[in-house]
Amino acid sequence: MTELIDRTGTETQEAPVVELSMQQAVNRALRVLLAEDPDVLVFGEDVGTLGGVFRVTDGLQKEFGDRRVFDTPLAESAIMGMAVGLAMNGWRPVPELQFDGFAYPAIDQIVNQVARMNYRTRGAAPMPITLRLPSFGGIQAPEHHGESLEAIFAHTPGLKVVAPSDPGDAYTLLLQAVRSDDPVVYMEPKARYWERRPVQLREPDEPIGTSRIVRPGRHATLVAWGAMVHRCVQAAELAAEDGVELEVLDLRWLKPIDAEGLAASVARTRRAVVVHEAPLTAGLGAEVSALVTENCFRDLAAPVQRVTGFDVPYPAGPLEPQYLPTIDRILLAVQRTLEF
Amino acid sequence: MPTHESAGQGSATVDHLAPDLARTMYRHMRTARDLDTEAVALQRQGVFPAYVSVRGQEAAQVAAATALDPSRDFVFPTYREMAVALAYGVEMVGYMATHRALWHGGLYDAMESRFGAINAVVGGPVPHAVGWAVGERLRGGEGVALACFGDGASSEGDVHEAMNFAGVYGAPVVFFCQNNRWALSVPNERQVAGGSVAARAAGYGMPGVAVDGNDAGAVHRAVSEAAERARRGEGPTLVEALTYRVEPHSTSDDSARYRDEAEAERWRRHRDPVDLMRRALIEAGYAGEAELDRIDAEARARAEEIRDGVSTAPEPDGSELFTHVYRETTQELARQRRIWQEEVRL
Repeated sequence: MTELIDRTGTETQEAPVVELSMQQAVNRALRVLLAEDPDVLVFGEDVGTLGGVFRVTDGLQKEFGDRRVFDTPLAESAIMGMAVGLAMNGWRPVPELQFDGFAYPAIDQIVNQVARMNYRTRGAAPMPITLRLPSFGGIQAPEHHGESLEAIFAHTPGLKVVAPSDPGDAYTLLLQAVRSDDPVVYMEPKARYWERRPVQLREPDEPIGTSRIVRPGRHATLVAWGAMVHRCVQAAELAAEDGVELEVLDLRWLKPIDAEGLAASVARTRRAVVVHEAPLTAGLGAEVSALVTENCFRDLAAPVQRVTGFDVPYPAGPLEPQYLPTIDRILLAVQRTLEF
Repeated sequence: MPTHESAGQGSATVDHLAPDLARTMYRHMRTARDLDTEAVALQRQGVFPAYVSVRGQEAAQVAAATALDPSRDFVFPTYREMAVALAYGVEMVGYMATHRALWHGGLYDAMESRFGAINAVVGGPVPHAVGWAVGERLRGGEGVALACFGDGASSEGDVHEAMNFAGVYGAPVVFFCQNNRWALSVPNERQVAGGSVAARAAGYGMPGVAVDGNDAGAVHRAVSEAAERARRGEGPTLVEALTYRVEPHSTSDDSARYRDEAEAERWRRHRDPVDLMRRALIEAGYAGEAELDRIDAEARARAEEIRDGVSTAPEPDGSELFTHVYRETTQELARQRRIWQEEVRL
């Protein structure tokens, strides 16, 4: 770490900038967490010896031993059930479910047990569990290996849900999630695992539920999370060539949603387009649209537009790019809102 | 191996129990019986919206609880565990509060009691027991987890996943199945393929023991041995206590629609675990009639005290809707709490 002396003479530490992929950034955060808190346990299918199918836990078992980082048998419900019991014995579990679609077999434990145990026990048994869930599509994976479950989790009382969009946020938000005493579903966008970027390894300094303006603009706000943030930035870059300045707001936290940040941005731009991979109907875009409408009704110059996956299952390889929101569809929605 | 046919047909075995312990077990069983009777009455009076009786299962429940060490072990109950709770030392007004629907998980402190919150997902808490036990070993502790479930829950995937995990990790868990023959309306032969829950243990690399669930001494021995084995680091055991649910599934159920009530009546009259225990104490010379009558009177008084306590316990304040959803609440939930304050509480 680079140590600096600020003007008042007290020592401060500036977070170093390193070039990392998201997969490496998550790995880095897990190392910090395992090192700082002896109660943190990392477990799941293939996370130990192999280092995870995405290598996110690479080297952790070697560094921290097979008592802190360990493989489980292949049963998602028991992985989450075990996390509940570990939490009841004072541990801070960080389980991984290998792919989003395989969280469905664990939904009972996640919704009926993890999310409710603090409530059911009136605070006697907190659940400081962070479920790491490689999420969303874009890698033309087999069925069930690319899904968007955020609306299900966000709909569940007791859970908090976060989806980082870049390596820097992935690092900081994972620290924040694991240190939280509430259960958090941490959705890692698989499609963004590999691109390396200069990253500042920042300690969390904002409250849970804070969004981030990734790119400022004044003509409309694009609201997104996970891998769709990058796509929105690409759309904004293209729009800028035509003189349309789009603000890109990365929601980051899907529960709690930053209603204030959202309203502040849309109050400025007067137009909003929400973009997500999940199917349209009852997707989180509906929640975003409702929040914007409730909070910015008088500011709005056009109805909120939604650009989402279609109401179909995530399709196979060559059809996936036609399912996921494209840059063209985003720009068409922008055009609709501008011309309304 | 005992079967449902043989269960409760002999006498309770108490010779291996210290007289004090045997008398204590009887006291708990009698208290649970009286409290159960009071609870059914409270449902009839409209104080409880519904109740699930443990009648006939007092031996299995009390014996399992008294085979554990409440200072270091941990019980993971489902919803029909009243006598386990009582014998384990759980604060019983708080426990019975769940049946008055004051709070789903009960109002006792689950962590202080080392007795998890009442859980209505049968099978759901079984992997919790495994996680707790794995965590206990990681800490170097000597505690043992007792996972409670029934013959119905033995069909749940979670129970099988949990047993496999426990086998793989050698976790200190006692899987305690109370097979009361009826999973609501479905009898064992249409619930448990192969006919034995205990036999399933072999597939998970652990011993499986079937015991006469109406013989408190037999259950106590089986659970004690399983707990000691787990404590020694030798891994999990599955204990299946064969017993019988003499009451309907719940006060909302009509068991005459699916079973011959004469069968339940035979269990009630001739295989009653509390009667068996009482007789065994006298035959073993552990207690005389007079002493047992005195215990009965004390049990009755305790049951009435718990009944009165739960009947008059205050209802939770509406603000508790919001209090425990999160450790760190959200702005949105705080906003909704204000709506409740302004539009509901008035």
